[in-house]
Amino acid sequence: MNTINRRMMLGGIGALGAAGVLTACGSGSAGKPGAAPAAGDGGAKGYDGPAVELDFWNGFTGGDGPFMRKIVDAFNSEHPNIKVKMTVMQWADYYTKLPTAVSSGRGPAVAIMHVDSLATNAARNVIEPLDDVAKALDLKQEDFADVVWKAGEYNGKRYGIPLDMHPLGFFYNKTLMTQAGLDPAKPPATADEYMAALDALKGKGIQGHWATPFQFTGVMSVQSLLWQFGGELFNADSSKTTWADEPGVKALTWFTDLVKKGYSPKNVAQDADNIAVMNGKNAFVWNGIWNINTFKEKKGLEWGVAAIPNIGGKPGAWSGSHQFCLPKLKTPDANKSTAARVFVNYVSQKSIEWARGGQVPARKQVRESAEFKALPEQSILATQVNDLHFPPPVPGIGDALAELNKAVNEAVLLKTEPAKALSDAAGRSDKILEANRKKYGA
Amino acid sequence: MRGYGRATPYLFLAPYLALFLLFVVGPAIFGLWMSLHDWDFQLPGKPFVGLQNYKDLFDTQSTTAEPFWHGMRATGIFTLASVPFLVTLPLGLAVVLNRRFPGRTFFRAVFFAPYVLGVAVVGLMFRYILDTSFGVLNAFLGLFGIGEIGWTTEQPWAFASLVGMTVWWTIGFNAIIYLAGLQDIPADQYEAAELDGANRWQAFRHITVPGLRPVVTFVVTITILASANMFGQALLVTQGGPGDTTRTALMVIADTGLAQFRMGQATAMSYVLAACLAIVSLINFALLREKKS
Repeated sequence: MNTINRRMMLGGIGALGAAGVLTACGSGSAGKPGAAPAAGDGGAKGYDGPAVELDFWNGFTGGDGPFMRKIVDAFNSEHPNIKVKMTVMQWADYYTKLPTAVSSGRGPAVAIMHVDSLATNAARNVIEPLDDVAKALDLKQEDFADVVWKAGEYNGKRYGIPLDMHPLGFFYNKTLMTQAGLDPAKPPATADEYMAALDALKGKGIQGHWATPFQFTGVMSVQSLLWQFGGELFNADSSKTTWADEPGVKALTWFTDLVKKGYSPKNVAQDADNIAVMNGKNAFVWNGIWNINTFKEKKGLEWGVAAIPNIGGKPGAWSGSHQFCLPKLKTPDANKSTAARVFVNYVSQKSIEWARGGQVPARKQVRESAEFKALPEQSILATQVNDLHFPPPVPGIGDALAELNKAVNEAVLLKTEPAKALSDAAGRSDKILEANRKKYGA
Repeated sequence: MRGYGRATPYLFLAPYLALFLLFVVGPAIFGLWMSLHDWDFQLPGKPFVGLQNYKDLFDTQSTTAEPFWHGMRATGIFTLASVPFLVTLPLGLAVVLNRRFPGRTFFRAVFFAPYVLGVAVVGLMFRYILDTSFGVLNAFLGLFGIGEIGWTTEQPWAFASLVGMTVWWTIGFNAIIYLAGLQDIPADQYEAAELDGANRWQAFRHITVPGLRPVVTFVVTITILASANMFGQALLVTQGGPGDTTRTALMVIADTGLAQFRMGQATAMSYVLAACLAIVSLINFALLREKKS
């Protein structure tokens, strides 16, 4: 799957009905670009046309769902002539359903998409450009972190309005740190401090950082390390895979050594690293910002959160981002297009409510508000904003990244040496990049 | 009815035939057509590539060959490992449950019960049971001094886990079919055997087994097909790992077609898989069919 939400992995209820490959695509007709992007004010001045109903699709099945629902309810009560109907489904289902729905003319008017899926869906004519929205709402690059802003562009056009960022953060169990004689108010921040802390924990018989072989969040940790060691996943034009270069090998070796040197048990199962922190068996875990509410709900857990420690020499962390996009409508409807833009504008400005659900708002102005600063955990993770990395906006990039997942899995399970696992995977990834260039004509 | 004459059977068949044509034959032919193209339903161009998608599956330099054959290997291993258990254990269970004893209906229900659970429920449950660090299974084995086993992250344990949970989950289904077969064997054959002095084993060997032959053929065939179509268990419990060792052919096909939108390649894979299964089924029938006397 291109983009897998952690909750899908947690809940484990994925796309099970996916067996019908043969019958998956109804009409098979070319998804003809329907509405030309409305050239109006992008929804900045509101909507005063006849009553419309907007379908709004997303995959907020977890703790974030109720927060979005609240925003939508507020929008509906303030806009009598627009009725937004929110439909929530598992992300994995969502990414297969949305293109099919759009091609059969049943797509929603507004949708949420992860940043790493935007280019693919733009190239596949699933979503329409919305430069006019960005312009009308006066959204500029400087309002956002550079990377998240650029990641919403494909082929020189804007396809996503960033709603939030959900970076990886460093969560720690304060009780265990105290037990090992560490100061829970000063979590380790450098490579040396980190290793010293792990040794102190080991001295007390605690394996301090469980290394998980899975995408959530082992692969994200390795990616963060790769950037810290000065590496990149792909070369500048994303035609070659570069994760097998020296920084990547250093990153994966450091992570795998956690297991080899006994700071982590072998064969950590999915999410066991995080559960172990909650159960007081593991001290440190690098997990997504969505983890804040999970930890808050655990009674008696003394925990803290900090920016990802700088192991490689250069601060860096993996991040995802939810972006608004407008799926193509088969029958152009100017009213719907305008109303949808009004809605996107509204939510973007209300993203403080969204931040309470455990996200960093993409908008600088919201991030710098007093209300956001009152959310201590979210604000701490927001300090990483200039060091966050996203996958390049290249169609089908997730297909190539899936190979990295395999390499990390094999290395952390001690089946293959890091360097070999990475270069084997890079070889496969290069072929996929080439096939994608052909497929998407890039 | 008389007025319709020869058309009568076809009229009765018509509703099913219509559905069959619409939902089975139609998509199958359409899929074959797709497999000859570089097909993405959302892209305007769907270039005709002839047999290239099939050729790619046999070309180690292509992007599809390696994942597909790894998937086929995982599927093959799982099928070989699971079918013997799924064929023999339910038979034993059926023979026991066919005897008269108090509480028989209760036990029949107990063994059939897991089958009604969805794969998501079973998968989630076994993830808790099999977890290396916190799972019930390792905790239990720990009582006997057995160290932690990576049930989902080490081989051959990952396959053992998948086979075990599949047997637990589906044993009731095959058992019910065997039970029905057992009840079709005339009781007087057993009486006659008893009069002739046959013991219980001889009765099983010479009456039950031959009497069940058609049922066994059926069970073996559908079990092979079901095992070859294993998908949810590996997706949820091992996520195809460790490495890609439990990534089954269906997972590869679903990923290629529905996540990477390479429908042409995915349908080509489907047809190769279907051809392999057809061959296996034919061999199976040839080996197990009733010998004409």
